[in-house]
Amino acid sequence: MSTASEASAGATGYDTGELQTIVAARSLAGKRSCFIGVGRPSTAALLARMVHNPELVLVYESGTIGAKPFRVPLSIGDGELAQSADFVVPVPEMFNYWIGPGRVQVAFLGAAQVDRHANLNSTVIGEYDHPRTRLPGAGGAPEIATGCAEVVVIAPHGTRTFVERLDFRTTRGDHTTLVITDLGVLEPRDGELTLTTLHPGVTVEQVQDATGWELKVAEQLALSPEPTEHELSSLRELVSR
Amino acid sequence: MAQLVSLRQAVAEVVSDGDSLALEGFTHLIPFAAGHEVLRQGRRELELIRMTPDLLYDQMIGFGAARKLVFSYGGNPGVGSLHRFRDVVEHGWPHPIELEEHSHAGMANRYVAGASKLPFMVMRGYSGTDLAAHTNVREVVCPFTGERLTAVPALNPDVAIVHAQEADRDGNVQLWGIPGVQKEALLAATRSLVTVERIVEQLEPRPGAVVIPSWVIDFVAQAPGGSQPSYALGVTERDNDFYRAWDAISRDREQFMAWMETNVIGKVAV
Repeated sequence: MSTASEASAGATGYDTGELQTIVAARSLAGKRSCFIGVGRPSTAALLARMVHNPELVLVYESGTIGAKPFRVPLSIGDGELAQSADFVVPVPEMFNYWIGPGRVQVAFLGAAQVDRHANLNSTVIGEYDHPRTRLPGAGGAPEIATGCAEVVVIAPHGTRTFVERLDFRTTRGDHTTLVITDLGVLEPRDGELTLTTLHPGVTVEQVQDATGWELKVAEQLALSPEPTEHELSSLRELVSR
Repeated sequence: MAQLVSLRQAVAEVVSDGDSLALEGFTHLIPFAAGHEVLRQGRRELELIRMTPDLLYDQMIGFGAARKLVFSYGGNPGVGSLHRFRDVVEHGWPHPIELEEHSHAGMANRYVAGASKLPFMVMRGYSGTDLAAHTNVREVVCPFTGERLTAVPALNPDVAIVHAQEADRDGNVQLWGIPGVQKEALLAATRSLVTVERIVEQLEPRPGAVVIPSWVIDFVAQAPGGSQPSYALGVTERDNDFYRAWDAISRDREQFMAWMETNVIGKVAV
């Protein structure tokens, strides 16, 4: 898998993973609520509350709505999420009252495979009945991706992840507004993911090489602003807690 | 009315070989002690039902107790794979099992239908995904609007076991924190057991608590620390270090079996 994990390190003093998290956090400026899973999405959403949007309502599928964890949680059901939440609901209520009817604005999702229409696979690599790799499965993703108005996919950019054809379509891509990778940002244009933003130091060729189909490129390519001191120090302070 | 008995007696009363068995608890309040007692009593051929199999079903599947798994997310949250689950699906070890998988919303609504004693629940979902063709759902048309919707079949396990913070001496149960689908699973099942951290004289009302009355529960058994390495909010903490350590313990078949013999089979229930 080709990535540019070291591309921006050294001279500018941050790595591409940090930049990806910072770009994801910026996308939550001005949003009301965000549904998040564990890992980088959770870090990005907590960073957004620190830097861009202190009122952002964080929703975890365990039922905690308005969670305000101090540390990045390991699981979506850590005790701190329930203790810091505005309220906590059972799982059926979470999906039937809050996610399904669109009461949560943005969703952050990850996936093992992404296709050109932003459909996602988190079920199997290989055939369903005889998989080479059995992945965890759907979890909440399918209904979150159709319930939330804006879906932001956060994934490492490589040809194992960005594939011509999914091995299994777990989750539909219709509501995807952004795909944020460690190389740049893709957005749907006429239903097809198109490269619209490059991270500093990354070339179009690099992104094309890391994508498993012939990638459309926007005529006006934007450049992700470098992390500010405030963003970078806040992120590092957050992950050190 | 629920009978207050020992964990060993309760599991012996409610679980038999071949049963469909739901051990629920969404990250929080996972009934590890009860699941381990099921293994110590040698139960086999179980249809194991859980939204998030988690470490507990990784252990039960890896130990060979399952003939089928019904689930919606088979990962180690925040850590990665469940290696015993992967081994059984990818290599059929220790023996092949049947899988039935859903989304979380689908599983939650299946429990709601089961608790409501309705044949199915209706929802928006599954359409446009490959999941629909690989699981047990049907399209239905709304009789009022004509909208095409998805019907998910009721889940009515033979047995449901959940863990809670406390029960009183009459067997009324109170749990708080993340409530998951425990109440739904318990009301959907034919037989039920609730394990609790402690027995109290009287349940003190708590904000956001779920109270389950004694008269819908068959057995209550005390099992202090019974959801570790998951947790019971306000009583125990989630052992995140163990969730990380499980990744290494569970990768290797022999190491896994040795861990199970020492830490599960060789232990005695309270």
